Amino acid sequence: MLWIAGFLIVAGLFFFAVGVLGILRFPDFYTRLHAAGKCDSLAAVLVIAGVALYNLTDYSLANLLVSIKIMAIAVFVFVASPTATHAITKAALVIGVEPWTRKDREQ
Amino acid sequence: MKQLQEQVARNPEGDNLIIRTAVRLLVPFIQLYGLYVIVHGHYSPGGGFQGGVVLGASFILLALAYDLKTSLRFMSERVNNLLSNLGALIFIGIALLCALLGGLFLDYAALERLIPLGAEEWHSLGIFLVELGVGLAVMSIMVSLFWDLASGGDMEEGL
Repeated sequence: MLWIAGFLIVAGLFFFAVGVLGILRFPDFYTRLHAAGKCDSLAAVLVIAGVALYNLTDYSLANLLVSIKIMAIAVFVFVASPTATHAITKAALVIGVEPWTRKDREQ
Repeated sequence: MKQLQEQVARNPEGDNLIIRTAVRLLVPFIQLYGLYVIVHGHYSPGGGFQGGVVLGASFILLALAYDLKTSLRFMSERVNNLLSNLGALIFIGIALLCALLGGLFLDYAALERLIPLGAEEWHSLGIFLVELGVGLAVMSIMVSLFWDLASGGDMEEGL
């Protein structure tokens, strides 16, 4: 149980790192949001699931209840984070943020 | 890309299906969580102010994803005013009741003389009642602030 929890948390940290790399290195708003939105949702859910499993290492009813509450946070993040990303992208599209094209690289 | 931009510009408010579905899914759970934070406030992190802000934020989320009219349908302005006054009244009422029963202002142990439950029980229960008042007041003030700022005070149309 401890090893699975550790693996999940480390995998979540890996995806967080990839997301940060994407935010720093991608050229324009849409691609940066693409990196941030996807990686952060997945990484947050992985880390939260790892923490919930770690909490269950000494099993009792109270700990099980706490783990269920932690998993409720995961469900919330999994619904809310992609929706927020969608809303931000659409707002950028409405006010006319230009996407990066190959032309911009040549300049 | 141009085509997509034109399509969104032609109909900027209509196609909000994803946001509205997610908000409709989340708002009941956000309100449940706000009540949880208020109720558990006296022996875990949280309390009346934080729970009230979460409850108020759920109504603001409704007003942002739909429009001002929809959030007014869930809680009218009159009910909102009533709740904000009720919250302040609960707080001051409990506090003054403690003083009138021979204790200090907000000295919950004095409520023992009204209903004998034990001083420790009343310490816990008194804080809970006061937090309930704070939560109600904060929720309605948050919602009312948003309504007034978003619509310029006339509640006709907002964001």
